[in-house]
Amino acid sequence: MKDILEIRIHGRGGQGAKTASQFIVEAALDQGKYIKAFPEYGPERRGAPVAAFARISDKPIHTYAPITNPDIVLVIDNTLIGFVDVTKGLTNKGILIVNTCEESSKMKEKTKFKGNVYTVDATNISIKLLGKNLPNISMLGALVKIANNISLESLKNKIKEKFLKKIGEEKTEKTIESLIKGYDEVR
Amino acid sequence: MKKSWKEMDIGGLTEAASSLKFKTGSWKSFKPITDLKKCINCMICVVNCPEDCIPSKDGKRKDTDLDFCKGCGICAKICPVKCIKMEEEQ
Amino acid sequence: MPEIKALTGDQAVAEAMKQINPDVVPAYPITPQTEIAMTFAKFVADGDVDTEMIRVESEHSAMSACVGASAAGARAMTATSSAGLALMWEIVGVASGLRLPIVMNVVNRALSAPINIHCDHSDSMGCRDLSWIQIYSEDAQEAYEHTILAVRLAENKKVLLPVMVMQDGFITSHSLENVEVLEDSKIKKFIGEYKPHKPLLDIKNPVTYGPLPLQNAYFEMKRQQIDAMENAHKIFLDIGEELSKITKRKYYYFEEYKTKDAKAVIVVLNSTAGTTKAVIDRMRQEGKKVGLLKIRLFRPFPYKEVANALKDIKFAAVLDRSDSFGANAPLYSEIKNSLYDLTKRPKLQNCIFGLGGRDISEDDIEKLFSDLLKGNVSDKVKFIGLNE
Repeated sequence: MKDILEIRIHGRGGQGAKTASQFIVEAALDQGKYIKAFPEYGPERRGAPVAAFARISDKPIHTYAPITNPDIVLVIDNTLIGFVDVTKGLTNKGILIVNTCEESSKMKEKTKFKGNVYTVDATNISIKLLGKNLPNISMLGALVKIANNISLESLKNKIKEKFLKKIGEEKTEKTIESLIKGYDEVR
Repeated sequence: MKKSWKEMDIGGLTEAASSLKFKTGSWKSFKPITDLKKCINCMICVVNCPEDCIPSKDGKRKDTDLDFCKGCGICAKICPVKCIKMEEEQ
Repeated sequence: MPEIKALTGDQAVAEAMKQINPDVVPAYPITPQTEIAMTFAKFVADGDVDTEMIRVESEHSAMSACVGASAAGARAMTATSSAGLALMWEIVGVASGLRLPIVMNVVNRALSAPINIHCDHSDSMGCRDLSWIQIYSEDAQEAYEHTILAVRLAENKKVLLPVMVMQDGFITSHSLENVEVLEDSKIKKFIGEYKPHKPLLDIKNPVTYGPLPLQNAYFEMKRQQIDAMENAHKIFLDIGEELSKITKRKYYYFEEYKTKDAKAVIVVLNSTAGTTKAVIDRMRQEGKKVGLLKIRLFRPFPYKEVANALKDIKFAAVLDRSDSFGANAPLYSEIKNSLYDLTKRPKLQNCIFGLGGRDISEDDIEKLFSDLLKGNVSDKVKFIGLNE
């Protein structure tokens, strides 16, 4: 067992990959964990493929090396599969979580990945609840369930803390609902 | 007088207005002589003196402070009533 | 109570600046420093500090405004990176020459050309001879604490030199991590009230700043700066000890990580020290005697102490994230100098890595340690991660 849980998140600029990486580590920090989160910096443009990274551990994290062998990969936008190597560095013990309406077996076929694949229809959840394609929060719900070491409760609190002032109570509640739905519906 | 680095203030800090002690008047080879009776107190020489050594008080131009005047002759050149003459220093 | 927050390196520095509450902060945005000025500007707008923030039109003006403010008697701070520091250069020397205790955070970024926004140390190393104290930081926590320490060190009457606090651009400046933010009241007490040396605004005791000392006095002024650096060498420890009482962390000239019985040691600055620690922890479990010497204070450089720390080490690699094109790289040069007087000294390997943000992996460092342990040391520079 590795001391540090390493996560990579794939998305497109503007889809909230960086925000997702920050939320997850901040929620972990609230549980007393050691954290690091950093995006891949390059020519960021809305729509361009981006990646964000997170490290979570019970012990202090010293390393600043790039994450090359993640334990979990989150794919916020499945249209990236095929032209971004989303399973790069994932071992067969690794976990791939994809935002898609398709079955995980289909994703296994598409990615040729031999480890565990989970899917959640985060886009659909966010369109139904928020009226917009904002899948990153539902994806975090899925991640929390699969990773099983960050509490859903602390993530809920984090969302409340971040969103309440910005978007008001009603929208915040809906956002939290999308988190829970992601948690419940990942399979 | 040579001062040790240990005695000097840091950063080259010196007393204020130390230039008052540095009498540049000795540099000149020509000195301005002003006929204050002809002077119309237009103050053009006062504001144009690069050494700021032409004093004025209550709207009256006073005698040039020769302790600091370097003898550049600008005052004589620009005086509209030509009441300033440059004379060779003896 | 201290509070654990998730902050980036830049945000951590802004947090330190908030607690320091400087009188004047002139700043100009440049990647990857921007988040410092941006976060601090928010503190100013929210009324969390009563700093006069000056939005200048360039870094040359930022440092000029710092010089003016500091000479007037204000506590002045700024931050920059790369080209910003390069543009400032002329006034960087004015700040130290006039002995103004300005504190500047430099978020290390490669110099142009070719243009690159990522980390290396060519910017701060480029002004290592400008009579500024230089402190390098491994992570956000250190960047935060070094900034606080820097104010006290700069303003010490026996020092009165400006201080640069470095951290790695993006690698720590944009990495969100655990930062222990200390209590405002304790930091306020530690920092204390600024009592400037003969400020311009003390109109009852007027002074002249920046006169023209030519052959008669310039040399003496520079000799004073040398003396101030020597004082800083000692006072750094005193102030560090005082800060230790609040933070419970140590502020020695360098950090020795598992060097006691080490056969091979890596010497490095900033974030790569963290990655090296992770590798050391792993290799130690396999019984390999490896260690790290992380230099914190680069100016004044602690030659004697470094010599003492390395005297029993067999092999050491010095990792530079910049070069001195045509001469020994900056850190290597200092380490080699330190060892000159020893009769028994480690064999040194110089490595240049990470220019323009090129990644350095744990595997790279492990391989380097393995080479060192085998005595695989050459007088040729190793370029880690270069596409040969």
